[in-house]
Amino acid sequence: MSIQFNNETFRDDYSFHNSEWAIKRFPFPFHEDSYMYSMNAEQHQGGPDGSVYEKRFDVDEHYVSEMQDRAKVLADDPLRCQSLPHMTLAGWDLLELIMVSKSEDYPDLFELHRDGNQWRWVNKPLGIDDPFTFLDDTTLPYGPMEYITRQTQGDFALLDQREENLWMDAGMITTQADWSLDFDIGMNFFEWHAPVPKANEMGIFKRALKYLINIPQGSPGRRLNWTMTVNPLLDTSPENYHKWGIQKTTLTPENIGAKQHLRVELQTFFRLPRSNALAFPIRCYLCSFQDLTTMPKWGRRLHRVIRDLPDELATYKGFIDNRPMMLDYLSKFDDGLPTSPGIFPEPETEPPLKT
Amino acid sequence: MSAPQKTKSGPAQIDVTVSAVVPVTEFVTRFEFTRRDGTEFPPFSGGAHTVVAMQDGTRTRLNPYSLMSDPADLSTYAISVRREDDGRGGSVFMHSQVKQGDAMTLTNPVNLFSLDLRAKKHIFFAGGIGITPFLAMIGQLELTNGNWELHYASRTPENAAYADVLLAKFPTKVHVYYSSANERIPLADVLDGQPLGTQAYACGPERLIDGVRDTAIGLGWPDSNVHSEEFLAPAAGAPFEVRLCKSDKTITVGEHESLLEALEREGVDAPFLCRGGACGQCETDVVSGAGELIHCDHWLEEEEHASGKKIMPCVSRFVGELLEIDR
Ligand code: HEM
Ligand code: FES
Repeated sequence: MSIQFNNETFRDDYSFHNSEWAIKRFPFPFHEDSYMYSMNAEQHQGGPDGSVYEKRFDVDEHYVSEMQDRAKVLADDPLRCQSLPHMTLAGWDLLELIMVSKSEDYPDLFELHRDGNQWRWVNKPLGIDDPFTFLDDTTLPYGPMEYITRQTQGDFALLDQREENLWMDAGMITTQADWSLDFDIGMNFFEWHAPVPKANEMGIFKRALKYLINIPQGSPGRRLNWTMTVNPLLDTSPENYHKWGIQKTTLTPENIGAKQHLRVELQTFFRLPRSNALAFPIRCYLCSFQDLTTMPKWGRRLHRVIRDLPDELATYKGFIDNRPMMLDYLSKFDDGLPTSPGIFPEPETEPPLKT
Repeated sequence: MSAPQKTKSGPAQIDVTVSAVVPVTEFVTRFEFTRRDGTEFPPFSGGAHTVVAMQDGTRTRLNPYSLMSDPADLSTYAISVRREDDGRGGSVFMHSQVKQGDAMTLTNPVNLFSLDLRAKKHIFFAGGIGITPFLAMIGQLELTNGNWELHYASRTPENAAYADVLLAKFPTKVHVYYSSANERIPLADVLDGQPLGTQAYACGPERLIDGVRDTAIGLGWPDSNVHSEEFLAPAAGAPFEVRLCKSDKTITVGEHESLLEALEREGVDAPFLCRGGACGQCETDVVSGAGELIHCDHWLEEEEHASGKKIMPCVSRFVGELLEIDR
C-alpha cells in the first residue's frame, strides 16, 4: 500500500505524530503575516501533487487511527451522528460521492464495483468488503451517511437547502472545534453561526450563504479555518469540555512546543445531485508548534499572526489565556525577516532562521 | 488563498449526441441525448435544468431547459422544447435545425426548483410546457413511494404534452383540465384542507404561479410551502469595449463571453474563484464609464451597484461607449 498508516492515539497517551511528509503537506492556513475572517473560498478542483488539496477526499497516514477514534466517540455518545428522516437520500448521495471519489483517487486502497444498483465496496485499510444494494437502507449495517463517514476522515454536515437557506439536518460530528451537532441540528446557517464574533457585522455570513447556495453540481469549493488545541485531541466537543478544557492549563514553557497544536480545518462544499442538499466535509489536521517551526517561513509567520490577532478572535478560539506563553515560544522562531506570499512552506527558497 | 488554481471553472460541460428527436404535440418536441464519451450522465434531482448550447452559425445560444427524463435512468437526458415563434430564437432553432446524430453541449444540472423532501405530500400545478420539471419529480418520488398529485392545465387535449402517458400510468393521481372545454384547476378546492406539511409547486404561465401562491396564502399556507420555478437569466449581451488601465490595452468583450473571460483571453491577470458573482474575488474598480453597468452579481451591495464604481467581471456587463477598469 502506498501510505504507511500510523499506529497512534488521540487520547490518553496521545501517541499521535506527524511524519516529515505530513508536516510538509500540512495545510498551513495563513497566506500572509496577519489574519482576519474573510470569505476565503475557492474552487476545490485539485491542487499541487501530494498536497492535501489534490484529491477530493484526502487520505493520509492518520486514516486508520482517526477511524478508530471515531468509533470510540460514537460508542460513548451515539448522538454525535444524527440524520433527520428526509436526509436519507442525501446520505446516499454522500456515500456515492465518497465511494466514487476514493476508488478513483486511491485505487490501491479502495474499490467500488457496480452492476446497476448491486454494489460492492472494498476498503482495504479497514478490512471491509461489503456487497449492498444502492438506495436500499436495509442492505447496510448503518444508515448510508453513518456507514460511509465511519470510513472517511473528517466531520460531515449535510445541509438541506430550502427557503434560500441551509439547514443542518444531518451530520457525523466527532472531531469538532467546540460545537455540538445535537445542539445545532435543525438550525439554519445564521442560527448555527450566531456565536462567531465580528463575522456577521462584516457581512461575511450573508455572502458566504449566497456562495454556498449557488454551488453547482460538479464544481465543489473549499476554504480553511483554524483554531488551537492543547494535546492532539480530535474530539474537542462541548459535551466533553470537562475532559479537555482543563488540559489547556497544563501548558508550560517546557512542554508547549510538543503539546500546543495548530488545528486546521479543510472545509469543502459539494452539491449533492439526487437530493440537491449540500455536503460540508470538515477535515481536521493537527500539527504541533515544534513541528510547524521546522519550516522557517511558518515559524516567522505564526508568531506574527498570533501576536496581532484581535482579542475577540483569540477569546472565541479559546487561547487568550495561553497567548503570552505561545508568543514567548514562537518569538524564538521570528528573526524579523520577510516571508514570501502564499501558504506553502517553500523550504528550498525561504532563508533559514538567523540565530 | 491556498493552492494555485490551474483548472478553468464555470459549470462543467457535457458533450452529447442527439439520440432522438420526437414530436410530442404540434408545438412540443422532445430531444434525447446520450453522452459522447459513452459514460453515464451525472445523477440529478427532479426540478433540475440544464443549459443547452446551440451553435447557430457563429452565434452560441445558451438556453436553460428542465430535465424531464427519469432520474433513475442515467443513460439519457431528455428535454421537451415548446416552439416559441416570438421568442429569442433558441426554441425555433431547436425545432428547425437540431437533428438526430448532432453533437451538442449541455451543462451539468442545476436545481432551482427542488422538492422539499420533508413533505408528507407534494401537489404539482402545471400549465402547458410547465409540465416538464414535474415529469422528473414524479419519477423521483415514484422510486421512494412518495405521495403526490398533479393538476395540469392545457388548452386542448391535442396540446397537452404527456397527459396521455401520465393518465394511463397514474389515473388516480393525475388531473387534467382543458380550457377549450372551459375547465380550470379548482385551486381553492385542491389547496384547502390538505394535511399539514403539504408542499405545493407551480410551473407555467405567471398567472398560474400567482394564482397558486395567492390562493394558498389566502387559505393560510406558509409562503415557504409554495414553490415556483425561476429560470436563470442568460448571461449573454451586446459586445462592449473596455479600456484596461494597468495593462494599457483596449479589448472587446464578445456577446457570449464574460468580461472575465475576455480578460483571460487577453492574458490579463484577473483573480476569480466562483465565476458566479458570489465570492467577491473578481471585484474590480471602475475608473470611468460612459454608459450603464449591467450588474448581475450577488456580491456587491445595492449602494455599490448604484455608485458605478465597482464591477464583478465574471457575470456583469456594460452598455455604452467605453468602460475603463483598473486591470
Ligand atoms: C454549510 C457550511 C457551513 C457549516 C455547516 C458551518 C458550520 C460552522 C459551525 C458549527 C461553527 C461553530 C460555531 C460555534 O461557535 O458554535 C462555524 C464557525 C465559523 N464559520 Fe462556518 N460553517 C459553514 C460555512 C462557512 C463559510 C462558507 C464561512 C465563510 C466565511 C464560514 C465562516 C465561519 C467562521 C469565520 C467561523 C468562526 C470560526 C473560528 O474562528 O474558529 N462558515 N461554522
Ligand atoms: S469570481 Fe466570484 S464573484 Fe466573480
